[in-house]
Amino acid sequence: MRVHAKRAVALAAGLLLPVTVMANWTMNMSPGVTSTSNQIYSLHMTILWICVAIGVVVFGVMFWSIFAHRKSRGFKPANFHENTVVEVLWTIVPLAILVAMAIPATTTLIEMYDTTESDVDIKITGYQWRWQYEYIDDDFSFFSNMSTPKDQIRNRQAKGENYLLEVDNPLVIPVGKKVRFLLTANDVIHSWWVPEFGVKKDAIPGFINETWTRVDVPGTYRGQCTELCGKDHGFMPVVVKAVPEEEYNVWVAEQKEAAETERRLTEKDWTLEELMERGEQAYATACASCHQADGTGLPPAFPALKGSQMALEDMAGHIEIVVNGSPGTAMQAFGNQLSEVDLAAVITYERNAWGNNTGEMVTPKEIFDYKNQQ
Amino acid sequence: MANETTKNQPARRSNTRVIGWCLSGVVGMFAFGFALVPLYEVFCEITGINGKTGGRYEAGVTQQVDDNRTVRVQFLASNGPGMTWEFRPVVRSVDVHPGEVISVNFYAANGTDQAMVGQAVPSLSPSEGTQFFHKTECFCFNQQPLEAGESVEMPLIFIVDRDLPEHITKLTLSYTLYDQGKQAEVSRSAQTQTTTNNNG
Amino acid sequence: MSAVADTHAQEHHHGPAKGISRWLLTTNHKDIGSMYLMFSFAMFLLGGSMAMVIRAELFQPGLQIVEPEFFNQMTTMHGLIMVFGAVMPAFVGLANWMLPLMIGAPDMALPRMNNWSFWLLPCAFLILVSTLFMQGGAPNFGWTFYAPLSTTYGPPSTTFFIFAVHIMGVSSIMGAINVIATILNMRAPGMTLMKMPLFVWTWLITAFLLIAVMPVLAGVVTMMLMDIHFGTSFFDASGGGDPVLFQHVFWFFGHPEVYIMILPAFGAISHIVAAFSRKPLFGYASMVYAVGAIAVLSFLVWAHHMFTVGMPIAGQLFFMYATLLIAVPTGVKVFNWVTTMFRGSLSFEAPMLFAVAFIILFTIGGFSGLMLAIAPADFQYHDTYFVVAHFHYVLVPGAIFGIFASAYFWLPKWTGHMYDETLAKTHFWLSFVGMNLAFFPMHFLGLAGMPRRIPDYALQFTDFNMISSIGAFMFGVTQLLFLFIVVKCARGGEKAAAKPWDGAEGLEWTVPSPAPYHTFSTPPEVK
Repeated sequence: MRVHAKRAVALAAGLLLPVTVMANWTMNMSPGVTSTSNQIYSLHMTILWICVAIGVVVFGVMFWSIFAHRKSRGFKPANFHENTVVEVLWTIVPLAILVAMAIPATTTLIEMYDTTESDVDIKITGYQWRWQYEYIDDDFSFFSNMSTPKDQIRNRQAKGENYLLEVDNPLVIPVGKKVRFLLTANDVIHSWWVPEFGVKKDAIPGFINETWTRVDVPGTYRGQCTELCGKDHGFMPVVVKAVPEEEYNVWVAEQKEAAETERRLTEKDWTLEELMERGEQAYATACASCHQADGTGLPPAFPALKGSQMALEDMAGHIEIVVNGSPGTAMQAFGNQLSEVDLAAVITYERNAWGNNTGEMVTPKEIFDYKNQQ
Repeated sequence: MANETTKNQPARRSNTRVIGWCLSGVVGMFAFGFALVPLYEVFCEITGINGKTGGRYEAGVTQQVDDNRTVRVQFLASNGPGMTWEFRPVVRSVDVHPGEVISVNFYAANGTDQAMVGQAVPSLSPSEGTQFFHKTECFCFNQQPLEAGESVEMPLIFIVDRDLPEHITKLTLSYTLYDQGKQAEVSRSAQTQTTTNNNG
Repeated sequence: MSAVADTHAQEHHHGPAKGISRWLLTTNHKDIGSMYLMFSFAMFLLGGSMAMVIRAELFQPGLQIVEPEFFNQMTTMHGLIMVFGAVMPAFVGLANWMLPLMIGAPDMALPRMNNWSFWLLPCAFLILVSTLFMQGGAPNFGWTFYAPLSTTYGPPSTTFFIFAVHIMGVSSIMGAINVIATILNMRAPGMTLMKMPLFVWTWLITAFLLIAVMPVLAGVVTMMLMDIHFGTSFFDASGGGDPVLFQHVFWFFGHPEVYIMILPAFGAISHIVAAFSRKPLFGYASMVYAVGAIAVLSFLVWAHHMFTVGMPIAGQLFFMYATLLIAVPTGVKVFNWVTTMFRGSLSFEAPMLFAVAFIILFTIGGFSGLMLAIAPADFQYHDTYFVVAHFHYVLVPGAIFGIFASAYFWLPKWTGHMYDETLAKTHFWLSFVGMNLAFFPMHFLGLAGMPRRIPDYALQFTDFNMISSIGAFMFGVTQLLFLFIVVKCARGGEKAAAKPWDGAEGLEWTVPSPAPYHTFSTPPEVK
């Protein structure tokens, strides 16, 4: 049997050799950048070493038996099959170890649950398959979509450094401040995780959950959705930028201003070209994952837009379905997810791209009116 | 487990009896699965573990107001999937003294071209505050019908209990508004008896 | 159902029928046991090939082989088939074969129901597997089918999935009733409960667990069905329901379920370790009590699967403490096995190799379970590959190695021939290396931050995924060797003695090998 084992190991080693050259051997949890994540890390290491110690003792006895008490060595078996003292002992000792382990775990947990006295409150809403961040006190919100190009995922292009872990609009938080997250979801259950913060919490439709973090080191931190939420579960990363407070304040001011600009954009006179350009971008982030970049869709769940009767003729129906969605299907209501400008741009794009050359255009004002007036 | 079978002569006992016991166990556990639903609800109501706030609070005695303590109550509004109404709290948050009766409004507007019915579902965080948050009037008790283009300010009247644990200084009340469009006709007639918030 | 209750007494004393009707209509526990085992192996290969698809897609970053929708169907079906199609039926098969032989009974207590409960299984899995070819594809919401992903957002085939789960639930419940009736009513004179072999004990307790939780599973899928088709809102927040309630009910079933998949292996391993140590099992009574304690505790720990749903702290603490407590009886079992080996006279035939690997690797799975039980740390581990590593470490070397060990241990009794020891050892070593290569790196992946159930991953996870895939392919291909060994053993080979293992104890070794079609028509006397 030894021979086989050796062969297997040799085979495995041979196969793995090329891999080790370019290896990235991150084997352990990161201690992270918050006090919570540091405490979790130390709990993790403590319990790990306790397990290793128990393992050494138990497997030590076992391997000793395996080597020394073999029939092939002529070892004669003993005949004992009970020993109350030993049995009581190995019930009590593990119990004591567990109690010792439970104490620091309890302290950490209590600290993690202390969401009081927060400086910034951010509402996080999970959608299939993007996150929405709402700065409650500052009255602005935005969506955060994965920005990794389809070509990288489909292996048509070299993969970037932050493959699958990059977004168009990261969450921005100030360092050194207690940030409280309020989580909910729009459709199915999602889970918001940033390993470096030691923060993971489920976002549940109809319910609100809270958690918090205080990041001391500025930087960009990446995580992912960790609750299976459908087709693109693997493609909804979380990116958080922790910045110094001044920078944060500047950013917040910019965001508020941008929201205002958005409102003004709605009033501007748009040309078909401008809308097409903007529409292409908006389509890529909001629509292409289902309807595909070339508009051919993935029938039957995601119908083609290219050459579709709706995109060519039924303008009212087209606006209606994009804004309000189609109940009972995968088509979501984008009315609250995209700005008026983006809605107009997307609809215009869909009516003019891929040979759908209707020449028709929908202005942000029309969308604005559609949403408000009826 | 099954002590009666420890006798020395266990063979040829009645299989019918064993099957009977097992089947009643099966039926019992199936029923228990369903019973978990109301049990969980009752459990949540007592402990507030899922953050779902309870029904109308009928206080026998009005509470003394605790002026020394201030609790911030924060309001959030979300739309369920496919819900296109504009829905938001009129104020983002209020500072209240426990025991005080507070009234706030939520704004909802139906921007579509058809009459719809909405239902708000409440959720409170932290969940351990749930049992100390009493609503004497809430738009979430009823369905809310809105004509096309109609808007409404919906009231919420609540009291934060004086017994709210000391360490809680902030309560977040979140409403998710769901489209109940299908039931439009039915609930509209039901609405007439119960509603107090019809200003549309 | 009570009509089938008392028919086993008369109709024996003839050989097996000929042709297909032998298998369709058989009420013989050995035939039914063989069918269960063959069915479960077929499902093991099917579920395994789905795992191969998963590992092939994950061999490199990027989407190469399958689309994310199909990937999700694969993870879901792999889980469902392995849990309900491979592991559970394999243990029922072992129970069918061995329980009557171990307690000196002529057959199972309810032979016709036995036939029925087997034949329901292929029907259930035919329905389940056929969903792959339906419009919208197979279930794609994970084997835990959390609402509302499985209700409001589930594919049309969800209804068929629910139906299949109902049928396999009925099958399991009938199997469990049969086991309980057999063990309580059919023991040979003199075999008191505390003289029962451990495999019998563990199966008795498993059967009670099945009776307790399979109806809850049936209940939860029924609620799903009602939510999908009859307008109720058990799990739909918009109608006043609660998606978290689904998880509570599911895991109330789900946690005892994982013990259902391991307890019979505990029993079988106890026999095998004692036999090849040529020494009585250490601490028989404490083994029985430990299994009982594990079974009881399994009902009190379900929410440790849900530490991140936002339970209040009191709930978190309760479930953390209760979960840690399970380590105590589990530890007792491991210590007992090791002490049984200590100062024995050990030899390492294939069953013993699998049993020793079981003890070591299951203990490693237990360690990661202990780590997962620490609620604050679970916030980092939850739903990452660390969890995937953990449950594969308890299920592959636990349940699957336990089944392999049992199969090699009892194959001589079933076939009358010795299996090919060299091939069996090759099977063991390739499985052992492949399994560790496949699943050990998953610990690192999880700790480094890779979520589970994703079809594509960030670049820093590439190397370990590649190793893991290689290990998985190795493990997968190796299982074909097992098929070859069993077929070879069934067709011929060295004649097996009635008791081929010199250290083995128990009534099953008092009948000739292969075990005649009818055994213990007159019950043996146990002293």
